[in-house]
Amino acid sequence: MSDYFPLFPEQASTFAVQVDGLFFLLVSLSVFFAVGVMFFIVLFSVKYRRRSEDERPKPIKGSLPLELAWTIIPLILSLVVFALGAGIAFRMYRAPANAIDIYAVGKQWMWKIQHSQGKREINELHVPVNQPVRLTLASEDVIHSFFIPAFRVKKDAVPGRYNTMWFEATKVGEYYLFCAEYCGTQHSGMIGRIVVMKQEEFQDWLSGGATGETMVEAGARQFQQLGCETCHKESNQGRGPNLVGRYGTPVQITTGETVMADEDYLRTSILDPRSQIVDGYEPLMPTFQGQISEETVMQIISYIQSLSDSQ
Amino acid sequence: MTTNTTASQTSSGDVSYLSASYGIKSWLLTLDHKRVGILYLIMTTVFFMVGGLFASLIRLELLTPQGDVFEADTYNKLFTMHGVAMIFFFLIPSVPAVLGNFLLPIQIGARDVAFPKLNLLSWYCFMVGGTLATFAIVMGGVDTGWTFYTPYSSTYSSYYVALALSGVFINGFSSILTGVNFLTTIHKMRAPGMTWFRLPLFIWAQYATSVIMILGTPVVAITLLLVALENLFRIGIFDPALGGDPILFQHMFWFYSHPAVYIMIVPGFGVISEVIACFARKRIFGYTFVAFSSLAIALLGFLVWGHHMFTTGQSMYAGMVFSFISFLVGVPTAVKIFNWTATLYRGSISLETPMYYALGFIGLFMLGGLTGLFLSTIAVDIHLHDTYFVVAHFHFVMVGGMVMAYLAGIHFWWPKMTGRMYHEGWSKASALLIFFGFNLTFFPQFVLGYLGMPRRYHVYPEEFQILNVMSTAGASILAVGYLILFAYLFLSLFVGRKAGPNPWRAVGLEWEIPSPPGPHNFDVTPIVTKEAYAYEEADVTRFGGNANDAEGEQIHQEEGAEA
Amino acid sequence: MSSNAQPVALNHQFEDLQQQYEAANMGMWAFIAQEIMFFGGLFAGYTVYRFKYLGAFIEGSNHLPIELGALNTAVLIASSFTMAMAVRAAQQGAKNPLLRWILATMVLGTTFLVIKAFEYADKYHHGLLPGSSFEGSGQLKIFFSFYFAMTGMHALHMIIGLGLIVWLIPKIRRGTYTSEYYSPIENFGLYWHFVDIIWIFLFPLLYLIGRDPWPIM
Repeated sequence: MSDYFPLFPEQASTFAVQVDGLFFLLVSLSVFFAVGVMFFIVLFSVKYRRRSEDERPKPIKGSLPLELAWTIIPLILSLVVFALGAGIAFRMYRAPANAIDIYAVGKQWMWKIQHSQGKREINELHVPVNQPVRLTLASEDVIHSFFIPAFRVKKDAVPGRYNTMWFEATKVGEYYLFCAEYCGTQHSGMIGRIVVMKQEEFQDWLSGGATGETMVEAGARQFQQLGCETCHKESNQGRGPNLVGRYGTPVQITTGETVMADEDYLRTSILDPRSQIVDGYEPLMPTFQGQISEETVMQIISYIQSLSDSQ
Repeated sequence: MTTNTTASQTSSGDVSYLSASYGIKSWLLTLDHKRVGILYLIMTTVFFMVGGLFASLIRLELLTPQGDVFEADTYNKLFTMHGVAMIFFFLIPSVPAVLGNFLLPIQIGARDVAFPKLNLLSWYCFMVGGTLATFAIVMGGVDTGWTFYTPYSSTYSSYYVALALSGVFINGFSSILTGVNFLTTIHKMRAPGMTWFRLPLFIWAQYATSVIMILGTPVVAITLLLVALENLFRIGIFDPALGGDPILFQHMFWFYSHPAVYIMIVPGFGVISEVIACFARKRIFGYTFVAFSSLAIALLGFLVWGHHMFTTGQSMYAGMVFSFISFLVGVPTAVKIFNWTATLYRGSISLETPMYYALGFIGLFMLGGLTGLFLSTIAVDIHLHDTYFVVAHFHFVMVGGMVMAYLAGIHFWWPKMTGRMYHEGWSKASALLIFFGFNLTFFPQFVLGYLGMPRRYHVYPEEFQILNVMSTAGASILAVGYLILFAYLFLSLFVGRKAGPNPWRAVGLEWEIPSPPGPHNFDVTPIVTKEAYAYEEADVTRFGGNANDAEGEQIHQEEGAEA
Repeated sequence: MSSNAQPVALNHQFEDLQQQYEAANMGMWAFIAQEIMFFGGLFAGYTVYRFKYLGAFIEGSNHLPIELGALNTAVLIASSFTMAMAVRAAQQGAKNPLLRWILATMVLGTTFLVIKAFEYADKYHHGLLPGSSFEGSGQLKIFFSFYFAMTGMHALHMIIGLGLIVWLIPKIRRGTYTSEYYSPIENFGLYWHFVDIIWIFLFPLLYLIGRDPWPIM
């Protein structure tokens, strides 16, 4: 039995302070209104208690000014809170440009994490302090949710698509990682930890241990082993479109629409190639659904992304 | 007071809806809305007890951080059963199907609902649906949570899920038929002089609820049907491996399930208006605002479903729209609370058991509703979504709110429905136990939620234990409170003092007919000339002090004969 | 409106036949409102997936026999006409015409279902029934899931409608419906027209839009 009894989570990220501030504002407003109403209920119940059976209080139909006041004031307060919440959410939505990329795949019942440099973890995520981190989430089976209470962040890992979230840890230490979307038998068994380290220690950690390939290197290897190069030649003469410089650019597909070649598009093209074929190409690409894991897909996408970086 | 309604005799020695016919067939084939209400009362109570049993087992497991009482699979089935039983087979039917069925025709001066056979059919839909769902769960199959999220429910769980879904689907017809019945009855069968703005606020609430039942339930019906087909035949609509979209399920599911929470609570609001008016002996302050606020909640309630999905990766702009409208929907609710409080001003307040529950409701529902604002705030919801904060929020509004309102109504109209009074001392003691037990159970869960304890967790980190122990302690007190309640209500049927037509000296058509009412409610159709809650004109001293005041009855009888 | 004696058809909860008529009518409209929401869920799902998988949906449409769909549409529109004539006969208290028109409606409704059964059998033979033995891409399977769910639900509502006609026929023959009391016929007519209108939406959405105009037969 633990000998400490927490009542409030640690603040370990830039978001924590903002979210807690808004939380306390909401608590104050709630306490104000709750205490206010309860005060009047108790006051009136005592002051106007029935003293005789013959009492017949005078009817009071209502008061338009009062109705307007207690409609408009809560409305305005609501809008203020809404705006503050939306503002923070807006900042939560897009990671800053200098964020480092880490990839997480949820599956029943564990988290599999890949760093770009190649280091892999299970149910643990090491990150550097004071450095924005963008986490790309995928799921191999059902919906999971990546939740770090100390950072006040959470995002669902939905099968069939990528979701991204970002955070900047502000305190070295270890924090809980929970799966927050019911996913079956061992849903509560997916408890993990986030390890925040000083920057130099993080670099040491990354390069320590068995030196493996970086994600880009792994992706390049898969690209060759799975035969992607056969069709996706750099010469534009292949049966598939050239992928150099392709990531992040608009693409016209056979139905006439234009879509953005982002991670989701690349993932769909690998796992369900007939759905969004680039205009001018035939539906020849075989599907890799069921043959490669979500992590491998992420590695291949990292590699394709790197083909644009060198431009 | 209206002009003469029934020149009826007292409740003893005359035919009531209970004594009009005997035998199981007369109940199972009844077309009397009052009997249908009693049938629902019995069965929703059974489901409440079953759901409560599973809640006790959940809290038992959560006493310790380890999973030492049940296996993980069993635990998952327990919380699924708790949710399904409580939401679909207790909360949604409770006030409309029990109190609404009993009172709605009487309060508007009608002899029955518009479609009595559909009314009986709705009870059978409830029974068949409940049986199927219970069967599926008892056979050991359903562990998806009451929300049935795909692809877990459609691809990864057992075939019993399809059976449970069929049960919920059939039960949906119970809601729909009730809604159609009530809507039509209110529109077409009001007594002469009962204009819209003379209706009791309970009726306005039932009207708004009926609209939601009619428009919302079919959407979840088709959604669950598609999930059942996917579960059985793998048709691919929600299966991401085939290109299906699991988030589409969530949109369709919550499109109903958010308005569903208003189906659950708005009738409760109606009850509170009735109880407060009676025990403050005053018209409800701001009647028109309270009436329209129910409609506003019904309308806005259809536009907020995405606030259950802020973390799914839906577009940020969609999130902002849902957050914004979620704040708006809180305003009409706040308006009701302020109006009820203002009704107490310069009233003549008497604290009988129904008023205990009504005032308790206002406090607890307000806390629950305010915490809803926390969850409407996107940035805060990101942290709180799927944690115990949400669990605490919905239990505050549903148990601290809805169940308390339902109990207020049960205690208020018990003498009317059964012709008996319950023991006042025990009822007040039980109300206090329930209030205290409830707070101890669920307030610690707000703290647990902000700390980050996720919901549907079978095991949890050690440092959350103390709060969990407090919560379980509260649950045991709550259970005792409920058990005492069942006991004295049940006993009152046999040994309770007989009640007269109007033991509370309330104003309303239902209080002008005997307790229990005759089979056709009114011998002569009443003609309404006064506004609702015209307490200042009512002759409230007429019926004497207590429930069984024979003298009061006598005076009423003489009056009736003279009229 | 009511005569001195209680009309036989008046239910006890109503004051008079007019109130009963209006209540029955309103009840049916409320029921139709919820039916619209029920099918609305399917239409919403269809719309979402059409946007996502336009190619597969066009391919799916091309698999559907437009001539059978068009024939069925004509059959249903005709059945709405016969139903409207049945209601008119009921309003006039004309028992035999009522019986004939409603039987005609039943025949046309049955024709619709028979044609539908041929369509479904054809899909089965081509391996297009969504399930584990589906022959085609995942997205095409989703199109056919919607095709079967939407037309299947519609057909189920038609079967219920035909069942109701079977239930009405003995009552019509007994002379239950008069020019004073015909609301069950009228309300059934509302239901029948509603089911017809659903098909009017299904046919273009599933069979027509985006279809290759000159398919090789």
